[in-house]
Amino acid sequence: MSGYLTGVLVVLAFNVIAAYAVYLPLAAGQLNLGIAGFMAIGAYTAAYLTNEMGWTILPAVVAGGAAAGLVGLVVGLPVLRTHGIYLAMATFALGQVISAIFLNLDVVGGAAGYPVTEYAPPAAVFGLAIGVVLFMLLLSSTRFALYLAAVKGDPTVADLLGISVRGIQAAAFTLGAIVAGVGGGLYAHHFSFIEAQHFSVLLSVFTVLYVLFGGTQTVWGPLVGAGFFTLVPELLRAGDQYRYAIFAFVLILFMAIRPQGLVTTAMLRLRRRAGSAA
Amino acid sequence: MLLQQLVNGLMLGAIYMLVAVAFTIAIGVLNFLNFSLPGLFMLGGMLAFGMMKLGWPWFLAFAGALFVAALVSLIVERFAYRPMQGSDPEVPLVSSLGFLVLLENLMLIRYGSDQQPFPALMPDMNLRIGEVVIGIAQLVSLGISVALVAWLSWFLAATNAGRRIRTVAESRETALLMGIDIRSLVPALFVASALLAALGGILFAVNYQQVSPFMGEGIGFKGVAAMIVGGMGSIWGAVVGGLLIGLAEVLSISMLGADVVNITVYGLLLLILIVRPQGLMGRPATREKL
Repeated sequence: MSGYLTGVLVVLAFNVIAAYAVYLPLAAGQLNLGIAGFMAIGAYTAAYLTNEMGWTILPAVVAGGAAAGLVGLVVGLPVLRTHGIYLAMATFALGQVISAIFLNLDVVGGAAGYPVTEYAPPAAVFGLAIGVVLFMLLLSSTRFALYLAAVKGDPTVADLLGISVRGIQAAAFTLGAIVAGVGGGLYAHHFSFIEAQHFSVLLSVFTVLYVLFGGTQTVWGPLVGAGFFTLVPELLRAGDQYRYAIFAFVLILFMAIRPQGLVTTAMLRLRRRAGSAA
Repeated sequence: MLLQQLVNGLMLGAIYMLVAVAFTIAIGVLNFLNFSLPGLFMLGGMLAFGMMKLGWPWFLAFAGALFVAALVSLIVERFAYRPMQGSDPEVPLVSSLGFLVLLENLMLIRYGSDQQPFPALMPDMNLRIGEVVIGIAQLVSLGISVALVAWLSWFLAATNAGRRIRTVAESRETALLMGIDIRSLVPALFVASALLAALGGILFAVNYQQVSPFMGEGIGFKGVAAMIVGGMGSIWGAVVGGLLIGLAEVLSISMLGADVVNITVYGLLLLILIVRPQGLMGRPATREKL
């Protein structure tokens, strides 16, 4: 594999992981605009553990995910009292505060960034991305996915049916944070350098874009969305400076024509029917 | 020099205030978190700069920039808002963000990514009251912002058109049943919020004498914060929120350093959302989107 292709695929893998971190809470009706903050927690925790504590990469990345999940749980409980756009703005604010805190933490380099000595090869990144996708596919076939859909569709009815709405909401939020944290931890070790400025609100917002573009109705949406957003700008490289303008233009037109996203339940059902007829 | 910082904070807050009011119109009436507004803010500043560079007098350049921003906002309405009615409420976010990226990159192609110096329009005069220095340009823009918002508030409260807008904000269905022509009202609201945002961008350019294709992002997000702190959908809430965020930013820069700005500003937002989600002056949400 050429270096360029590997580079693109690595970016794709990280985008897929991030997309699923956004997808999980979104499947429960929570728009998380602060996912970059949780990636930052995972990245800095894991990097600190390998740099200063002499941990190996694997436990450090797991610890990074755990740290992000813990923050997600602790902050999520008060934040999840808000709903809808208020929740979206609360997560947005949370992401900003987290990345600003790391910007001011001198233990991990502050504004100058934080070099990471341990290196994770591309294979590890691909492995994690595939693992996350498989985990999500598995999750989508369990009752948990139904609970998420129920809570998203109508929390009151879900409550009446005996689903612990708060519990499911907190679980979705925390799981999303864990996935983001693990992705962030590996990001730090693959690129060997992290800076707080990378984990900006735009990173969060673009990740949400992948998911909404791919469609939130099925578990495949985030994968397709992340793939499109990573690969199409690469293909448009020939367009040089017009690249992102063309890309944004395509995005706007696409959403106007197909607001439900690229992959929908109806589409998958159609394929299954065609498959069984053949 | 605390007093001076308070004055600076108020002046910056006046800009946030305009952006926050623009957001609050879009969200309070249309239930649409319109992320193209930071793009329109930038468009106001950049186009005014570009047209003045072509040799246009400032008032023509300003009018031209406002006109283009209004036009673009109508396109946003057509492609980001109208097709999304009845679909998942997060979706218009995607398209309006698409417009933000599109506008930024079009300006980038035309003018480059660097910060450009914006010509000084007003004589470099300062008012000195005791030890406090107030720039004339800043004072004028504070005046314009406050007057505009006061007028808007009066317009919504006292005129027929204002009553129609408030009816739509209260309930779209009822408004439709009462015979209000929503299809012509919605584009008008898009134009109004675009004009406010673009005017904010022009005033920012005049005040701080610099423009860049990415000037909208940071200010746009702080405008959203200001809107929520004040209370979503409330015009005077947006005013209070804007001034508060401006003060918090300037005071934390002068006392704690520039790097902690995001901690104070967004920490304040987070605190408000947890303690009092409806904002300082907002009513509790009975119905919301997204």
